[in-house]
Amino acid sequence: MAMQRPTRLPMEVEEQTEGDLGSKRMIVNFGPQHPATHGTLRAIMELEGEIIRSMDLEIGYLHSGFEKISEHRTYNQTVTVSDRMNYLSPLCNNVGLSCAIEKMMGITVTPRCAAIRVVLYELSRVADHILSVGLQAMDLGAFSVMLWAFIEREKLYDIFEAVTGARLTTSYTRVGGVMRDVPADFIPMVKAFIDAGRKTTREMEGMLNTNRIFVDRCKGVNWISKEDAISYGLTGPMLRACGVPHDLRRLQPYLGYEKLKFDVITEPGGDVWARYRVRVREIYESLDIIEQVLADFPEGPVNVDMPEVIIPTKTALNNPGGGMEGLIYHFKNYMFGHGMKPAAGEVYMGTEAPNGELGYFLVSDGTQKPWRWRVRGPSFYNYQAFPQMCLGQSLSDVVSGLSSLNIIAGELDR
Amino acid sequence: MTPWLIFGAKAVGGLACQMGVGPAFTIVERRVAAWIQGRVGPNRVGPLGLFQPLADLVKFISKEQIVPADADRVLFLLGPLLVFAPPIFGFCVIPYGNMIGDEHLQIANLPIGVLFVMSVISTGVYGMMLGGWASNNKYALLGSLRASAQIISYELSLGLAILIAVMMSSSLDLNVIVEQQAGKGFGAWNVFGGGHLSQLPSGLLGFGLMFICALAENNRLPFDLSECEAELVGGYHTEYSSMSLGVFMLSEYLSMILMCGLMTSIYLGGWSFPGITDPSDHSILAGLISWAVFMTKILSMMFVYVWIRWTLPRFKYNQLMDLGWKAFLPASLVNIALLAVIGVMGV
Repeated sequence: MAMQRPTRLPMEVEEQTEGDLGSKRMIVNFGPQHPATHGTLRAIMELEGEIIRSMDLEIGYLHSGFEKISEHRTYNQTVTVSDRMNYLSPLCNNVGLSCAIEKMMGITVTPRCAAIRVVLYELSRVADHILSVGLQAMDLGAFSVMLWAFIEREKLYDIFEAVTGARLTTSYTRVGGVMRDVPADFIPMVKAFIDAGRKTTREMEGMLNTNRIFVDRCKGVNWISKEDAISYGLTGPMLRACGVPHDLRRLQPYLGYEKLKFDVITEPGGDVWARYRVRVREIYESLDIIEQVLADFPEGPVNVDMPEVIIPTKTALNNPGGGMEGLIYHFKNYMFGHGMKPAAGEVYMGTEAPNGELGYFLVSDGTQKPWRWRVRGPSFYNYQAFPQMCLGQSLSDVVSGLSSLNIIAGELDR
Repeated sequence: MTPWLIFGAKAVGGLACQMGVGPAFTIVERRVAAWIQGRVGPNRVGPLGLFQPLADLVKFISKEQIVPADADRVLFLLGPLLVFAPPIFGFCVIPYGNMIGDEHLQIANLPIGVLFVMSVISTGVYGMMLGGWASNNKYALLGSLRASAQIISYELSLGLAILIAVMMSSSLDLNVIVEQQAGKGFGAWNVFGGGHLSQLPSGLLGFGLMFICALAENNRLPFDLSECEAELVGGYHTEYSSMSLGVFMLSEYLSMILMCGLMTSIYLGGWSFPGITDPSDHSILAGLISWAVFMTKILSMMFVYVWIRWTLPRFKYNQLMDLGWKAFLPASLVNIALLAVIGVMGV
């Protein structure tokens, strides 16, 4: 099927003629500082009344050079860069990066490590989706829903803080394992959240699902066809809302997702409403996945038994039992020119992040540092389809559409 | 007592209802919003945060007044005042209590009070239009366009909804309308048919339409398209700062009080409440009680305003137009026809 290209009209005001005030079309600058952009996005829109006639996107306002910075860091150090790209679900970026490096080095993590990563990954997905739905409601004017969502998000961040020591800049994963084991009360904490999260999500659904104003403002808005969604490279909730059952957790399982029972949520609509429904249903689905993992939470070490990769703990350094060896490996790991060196080659590893396929493409030249460290941020691909979705719609639909895309500017500009 | 003194007292009393309650209500709005959203809300300034409006006022006054470079300076500064004045004029004819002695508790007793309120509130939109246009800002322009379109489409239905109550009471004098509803039980309130059970559907429908149109008239959610922060940054007041922004904010509350006062007077029995007020008792105490009843009714309605604001999403421009022209206007016309038929048949 022929793809419908976005019709980009030239960005100039129509010629003024006699008796015509030249006021047919108006160019409005939407962002980079605008309340609805939730970050620093910029869209230049040509309006006819309130109808969008053409739209041009400009990105790069939050460009931080993450990819270049990472080329000057060792593999484990790039973990700290990865979580700064995403301010809604930083742990997903940590996990995705570590999985990519492990794939490159052929490491299989321990069952406990995989379970911890899956739980944190799905909790991050809940954190992202619940806030994204809340922001979507806020952009349509239902401000309270956003604050209810924020309360749950804070509970999740409390869990992340207990586990990783940080709320946003988690930097939790390491190659071959995680920074440290989860605290003793991790499972009760997560279980308590699962109940609270389900309750709040139901409340939010009760507030929005049958709300005529909300439904009317979502249905048929920012529609994109299945074919266009695929050719633009949309992934995640955006693609699943077009009825395409594309989920990397199912298609290319990692971290033991193949053993877990879950549905790939799809909705046929392709509009803002379908994306809202996909996100809400995925919250329940993620909570189910977490329950499954917690029901059979493996014991054992969290790190693989590869001292040349794993950074020794402080106890191993100070403990007379393993002291000298630990000290040597610590030295080796940290000294320039020593440490972990993946064989020369390249790897691409995609994980199903909350917003879509989060891929890491790493090229190693056999040294300690990646030669190329590239990220396929889902927001970048989702955002480029935005002008096409908006054409012919009103200014209000731009706002609801933008929040349904859930653009993470840090990931978009990298 | 000289007539001037009496008039002055009445004016002060009337202004106190509006200018006193309006700013004070901002703290109520913020605390209720916090309550709905599971927050604490402002509670630092004074006991329970009650002095927060004063702190806001100090902040508004002490900020720099910025006029954009290419703005029309005169119109830009005139805008907030044009929005501010109409609600105060309109409140002059609202009876805010029972008679004390021979005096109506009402600043000006106009025989065409209803018409006066309607004509005055319509002028409020000029301030928004001029202010938004003079700002030389595209978002502000879009906001004022939306405001004017919205007011035009909702004022028709609002007028027709008011007309229902006028038809029931056969008077344009707000005092007469209130007195007809007073002292005869709930059934005499116009919302419940004004004493005739056959008019009950018309009364309920009329009140419902008027309530929603009043939301639109006051630019409150779900009809705050002209200033919606998600799309238009701040709408018509995007470029305003300092006290001129404060005046815009304050006028929103003032016009809320006016609309609630009007609705209370023509539909909900004004200052009367069966069992509490006695229309024939013209003592000072009874006057104060009737004033308290009136204010309680207004504040209850404003609480519903706040509740709605923090619950519902907002409409889209075209949905708003659809609702105004395709739903409310026909419904109001049908309602009037229905009431006219019932009235002619004399059921």
